[in-house]
Amino acid sequence: MTDPAIVKDPEKEKRKIKSVSKMKEIMTTYYIEAKTARQNGKKVAWITSGGPVEFLIAMDVIPVYPENHGAMVGASKMGVDLCEKAEAMGYSRDLCSYARVDIACSVTNGGPIGGLPEPDFLVCCNNICGTVLKWYEVAARHYNVPLFILDTPFIHTTFSASARKYVIKQTYEYIDFLEKQCGKKMDFDRLHEVSKLAVAGLRLWQEVLDTAAHKPAPMTAFDAFFHLALIVTLRGTQIAVDYYKQLRDEMKQRIADGIAMVPNEKYRLLWDNLPIWYRTKWLSDKFSSHNACLVGDTYTSAWSGIMDLLDEDNFIETGAVAYSSVYINVSLDIMLETLKKLIKKYDVDGLVMHSNRSCKPYSFGQYDLQKMVMKELKLPTLIIEADMVDARSFSESQIETRIDAFMETLKA
Amino acid sequence: MEVLDKIKRISNEPYLYASNLKQVAGKPIVGNFCSYTPEELIYAADGVPFRLFGTKNDILLADAHLQTYCCSLVRGGLEDALKGNLSFLDGAVFPHTCDSIQRLSDIWRLNAGFAFHIDVVLPVKLDTQSARTYMIDVLNDCKSDLESALNTRITEEKLWQSIRLYNRLRQTLGEIYEMRSNDPDSISSSDLYHVIKASMIMDRDECLALLTALRDELKQKVNDRTLNKNKRIILSGGICNHPDIYTALEESGAEVIWDDLCTGTRYFEGEIEELGDPIEAIADRYLTRIVCPAKYLTVTARGENLVRLVKDRNASGVIFMFLKFCDPHSFDYPYLKQFLDDAGVPNILLEVEEQLPSDAQLKTRFETFVDMID
Ligand code: SF4
Ligand code: SF4
Ligand code: SF4
Repeated sequence: MTDPAIVKDPEKEKRKIKSVSKMKEIMTTYYIEAKTARQNGKKVAWITSGGPVEFLIAMDVIPVYPENHGAMVGASKMGVDLCEKAEAMGYSRDLCSYARVDIACSVTNGGPIGGLPEPDFLVCCNNICGTVLKWYEVAARHYNVPLFILDTPFIHTTFSASARKYVIKQTYEYIDFLEKQCGKKMDFDRLHEVSKLAVAGLRLWQEVLDTAAHKPAPMTAFDAFFHLALIVTLRGTQIAVDYYKQLRDEMKQRIADGIAMVPNEKYRLLWDNLPIWYRTKWLSDKFSSHNACLVGDTYTSAWSGIMDLLDEDNFIETGAVAYSSVYINVSLDIMLETLKKLIKKYDVDGLVMHSNRSCKPYSFGQYDLQKMVMKELKLPTLIIEADMVDARSFSESQIETRIDAFMETLKA
Repeated sequence: MEVLDKIKRISNEPYLYASNLKQVAGKPIVGNFCSYTPEELIYAADGVPFRLFGTKNDILLADAHLQTYCCSLVRGGLEDALKGNLSFLDGAVFPHTCDSIQRLSDIWRLNAGFAFHIDVVLPVKLDTQSARTYMIDVLNDCKSDLESALNTRITEEKLWQSIRLYNRLRQTLGEIYEMRSNDPDSISSSDLYHVIKASMIMDRDECLALLTALRDELKQKVNDRTLNKNKRIILSGGICNHPDIYTALEESGAEVIWDDLCTGTRYFEGEIEELGDPIEAIADRYLTRIVCPAKYLTVTARGENLVRLVKDRNASGVIFMFLKFCDPHSFDYPYLKQFLDDAGVPNILLEVEEQLPSDAQLKTRFETFVDMID
């Protein structure tokens, strides 16, 4: 169609990431496959975002991620309605909104894709929070399916030898569980292949994120939020590897061509915590209007943060430790170390922390982190109080005022 | 009753009691927040396990560390620590349970400034052999940590001594609970609340002596059981630090005759087998006792338990009571309610914010509830 009224702004067009359409295509195919798994005689497992999905892929099980679904609900601005439905079912408004919207979708088949495909079984790894345990218990009762819990002890100071032993033992129990559910043996050669692809995917994802260290950044954290989906949902597949290669190359080309995501990038910022899914565009525009660019974040780098601990040739044992060491399964002082590295790597001028009502393990302690960052690095910080999916906890005027004031101090 | 008065004095002024205990007996006082604290180990290290309930007064200092969407136990506990109200503590033991306590432990370790801090990263699931092995390992680690923190040696002898004491303590608490369940006029629910609270903070030898005396005194009482027409209620939830609800409930024609609380039956239920390896024996109590919602046994364990309790205790209703912003309890509530509804057991939810609703409001709610029961 050639409607002269919508002549596109060439400047804006140039800045758009071309891979986006491919990404959308992959995700659509993935969800169609997941939704028709039954017809095709495939098993579906729900798994937490931090869980070891590689074993499912190796067993030919289709992994489905309720958290990714929660993010989709948030991004399509359907969060409030579904949260309210969960609350009417008795779930407190103070609970994680991913859990709330997902529970509501299970019952009402609501949401952007009419609910997730029913699980044949559930895999819950508590390396991100205690919420997932309770949430998966709800799902296990609702669908009346088996639940496997991979318990990854929290790391306050050290990861004890007993914890290591325990997680490795459970990894073997996980394999037993899968063999029982699928009625076939694990093919360890296949697992090895999948592990290699998973590690390769993580490395590529990190390379993608690393491109934002360039000044000006070819992409922002908002783009990372969007492109993250594959490392969560298709980690361990060739699809993810190919896609991230393409994306990385596109980013490198942008650097070569001098294309920045934020036109006059002047201030570089680091984001902490989950995105505010229903306001990514607004926030992105807001920061851009101050010539500020969110160049990195603690959330999307959480997946690749553990890749150095992984050895694809000894995946079972190294994986156990790696999965236990993810960003929010460690204490504040350990988080601070990661934060410092990110601050340095991306050479940022400030830190923006999303105090996310939904996510207590990510948000409690942020005030302490903030103080430590200000004291040790003299870095300006801003805290935004909101929620990742439940827009009722987002006060636009208040947040706008705070961002404006923060940017003024940066400019001063 | 002299014994009861003494218990109430302690329960009302726990900090005063602890400071005196420390000064007079010179015993290290070890703070904790949860019924998964391996108290037997602390006692065996000559320490006094001291349960913290958090202040209900204005939160000022903790505001600089914790958002307002955090439960009042965690916020109030931190407030007390930062204000210096807990200067009698030598240190604290943090069993791993909910996400809020998990972060409180970090914040506490980094800010509260006590001599020692021990994290006990327990398994979250309690239903497998490997979790049992891990639990035992963790308890052994905790034992060594306590030994170095309190500069002592926990011998096997001392462990068994501690286990025997705890078994008797828990048994006696259980007997007093039974007495009340059989004859609610034997001891009022608010008095029983003071008894259990004092049991979580006192020097445990002194405590056992007091509890034994109390039990014997109560045995002497003879009441006409036909006179009490109050509805029998079970209180279910997390921490109960609000004795005031008992009076309002009684005035509405009902009373709590049993509970499913961390600061109630979960504290004393389950005996430790006095056999084999002491650490394994302690672990096995945790593995067989009814779980708290932050731990996993089966997906319906708590619901089945609650319905069974109602039957066994001949109760006619359940009051859910837990703190606002408490994830584990809030997640379980809809399904527990469903289990009760299906079994035809009337129930209400009282979500407790930093302050309880006024007496008048409480009474109105309870009266409506009691009316539902008939
Ligand atoms: S509590 Fe946080 S980590 Fe857990 S599911 Fe919710 S958002 Fe994710
Ligand atoms: S609910 Fe569980 S975690 Fe919370 S205080 Fe009770 S026993 Fe501890
Ligand atoms: S279990 Fe609930 S009440 Fe207890 S500390 Fe955790 S959030 Fe607070």
